[in-house]
Amino acid sequence: MESEKVRSSRRKFLKSAATLAGATIGYSWLKSTQFLVHGAEPEDKSLPWYGIVIDIEKCIGCGNCAKACKNENDVPKEPFFFRNWVEQYTVKNDGSVIIESPNGGIDGFKQSVPDDEIFKSYFVPKMCNHCAKSPCIQVCPVGATYDSPEGVVLIDEKYCIGCRYCVQACPYGCRFIHPVKKVANKCTLCYHRLKKNLAPACFEVCPTGARMYGNLRDKNSELVKFLKTHTTQVLRPNLNTGSKLYYNALSSEVK
Amino acid sequence: MEPQHYKDLYDILAHAQGYIFPNEIDLQWGILIVVYPFITGLVAGAFILASLERVFKVTILKATYQIALLTALSFLLVATLPLISHLSQPQRAYEIMITPHSSSAMAIFGFVYLWYLMVVLLLEIWFDYRHSMVLWSQEKKGVMKWVYKILCLGVTDISPRTLSWDKKLGYIITIIGIPSAFILHGYVGFIFGSIKANPWWSTPLMPIIFLFSAMVSGISLVLLVYMVISRIRKIAIDLSVLDSIGKYLFFVLILDFTLEGLDQIHRIYEANESFEILKLLVSGKLYLTLFVSQGLIGTIIPLITLAFLQFYRGRIKLRKTLYFIVGMLVLVGVYSMRWNVVIGGQLFSKSFSGFTSFKVGLIGLDGTLMAAFWLILPFGILAFLLWLLPPWKMAPEED
Repeated sequence: MESEKVRSSRRKFLKSAATLAGATIGYSWLKSTQFLVHGAEPEDKSLPWYGIVIDIEKCIGCGNCAKACKNENDVPKEPFFFRNWVEQYTVKNDGSVIIESPNGGIDGFKQSVPDDEIFKSYFVPKMCNHCAKSPCIQVCPVGATYDSPEGVVLIDEKYCIGCRYCVQACPYGCRFIHPVKKVANKCTLCYHRLKKNLAPACFEVCPTGARMYGNLRDKNSELVKFLKTHTTQVLRPNLNTGSKLYYNALSSEVK
Repeated sequence: MEPQHYKDLYDILAHAQGYIFPNEIDLQWGILIVVYPFITGLVAGAFILASLERVFKVTILKATYQIALLTALSFLLVATLPLISHLSQPQRAYEIMITPHSSSAMAIFGFVYLWYLMVVLLLEIWFDYRHSMVLWSQEKKGVMKWVYKILCLGVTDISPRTLSWDKKLGYIITIIGIPSAFILHGYVGFIFGSIKANPWWSTPLMPIIFLFSAMVSGISLVLLVYMVISRIRKIAIDLSVLDSIGKYLFFVLILDFTLEGLDQIHRIYEANESFEILKLLVSGKLYLTLFVSQGLIGTIIPLITLAFLQFYRGRIKLRKTLYFIVGMLVLVGVYSMRWNVVIGGQLFSKSFSGFTSFKVGLIGLDGTLMAAFWLILPFGILAFLLWLLPPWKMAPEED
């Protein structure tokens, strides 16, 4: 015969076991739904969290950045594959906008609009925005594209299956399929150089200092100071990609 | 990359309209990705038609029940192949199954596919055919005897009690199958609809539109297969079957048309930042495939014809011919719809400032011939399945 005490303690044990099991299941369920909220900051706070600034007012459209990138990263020379490129915007007096990027700006630019028809003209360098909530990472079916601990969006070339879903998902047109490697390819912010404390190739060669990169976590970094004192904007903010590429003096024509 | 492809890219670059991002000249998803949602749509649609008979007891459709199931299976077996052959690293395709990335819509495809194939279609067909297969294994001689024996998986009990269990379990699977079919194809729509970078794709209506167009195409395919099989077997086509399928096709086509119309009206009325480029897209590069092929040929003409057939009870031959033509037109329309979504969504630049163009090759892994092969192969499989599991030689049903 079981005593009342034994029965009550058994009941207690069962109760707490059930609560524990329920909580565990509940928590793991909640945890599993976290994938719906894609793109959190990596946990290691000791590492830099890279951001980029491009100052449109300083860009002269020399195309050095695009050229250096192709050389540094073995990007095929054909004009269909770019990790970074420069666009020339020309707003005409009638309000129409002409956008050009012959060979990504590598060979420089020629103004096709006569001077007296031009309202304004400027250059916009483009590259991967290294988004914190990257649509490309979100859609990769095998997880071959991922955030580095420093917030750089990278691709595992040995893992990519070449489904091209990431190319479709990038709103900025920053990805392509490498014609030789047959996997997705994109700007790595010259991760191999960053790791050696060297600046990415495009930053290194920019003659006017229109490009700046730095640690967004370091409130004393040049980058953060610049962001504090200038009105910057990311591309396509409505898409909420968490872009970490900030443009200074971005005009509304730029998408 | 082949030199011809480079030549094509230079050609496209020379003829690009407006401004497109340099990486966008090479269009990523070609004709095989058009074929893929078309095929999965046929599967889902054919299955849903079969389920109508079973769940809602539409006895008139009994003649097409097994045909619809076997058609669904034939196309499902091929559904993944255009996808895999389109990968640039097809030998790594299995990674999608062993290390799926949980936030990717595409990663779930393998599981949805396997669920649908193994749990729904194969089981349902097995329960449906088990009685007959047992009888065939007793009647046939030689290899075929063993083939049927193996297909029975050792379950050879055909007592009335077991048979009634077959029926019950088959019914349960059909019930599970309907939402599964919805998921299978609605999910394909989600692959496109969830891409926020692409305003032509990004709409929550996309899965529903895909689903209804899938039903439309699947129903049409079963209608055509039924007519062709009857012709080959030299038996009379039952007009009441056609009328019944035609009625469903009519209603689903109305819903499909309404949904797609709603999608477009919504875009036009909201007219957000992508409106101008999409307007140029539909009035230019997609004009023929959207308004003529999908709209007029694939929707309006079939709708008018089906409406006419709802009350016209005159010449039998004319009615049969009209049903056949409607079936073909609807398939053309739905194929065009897949084209307009997949190719159309890549023709305009994400800069909203220009267009690229699509050049489809004849040969090669992603050429027209390959796409045609993937579309024809299921019919070969269907012919084999109909020979192996002829619905017209099945054991009579005992009630």
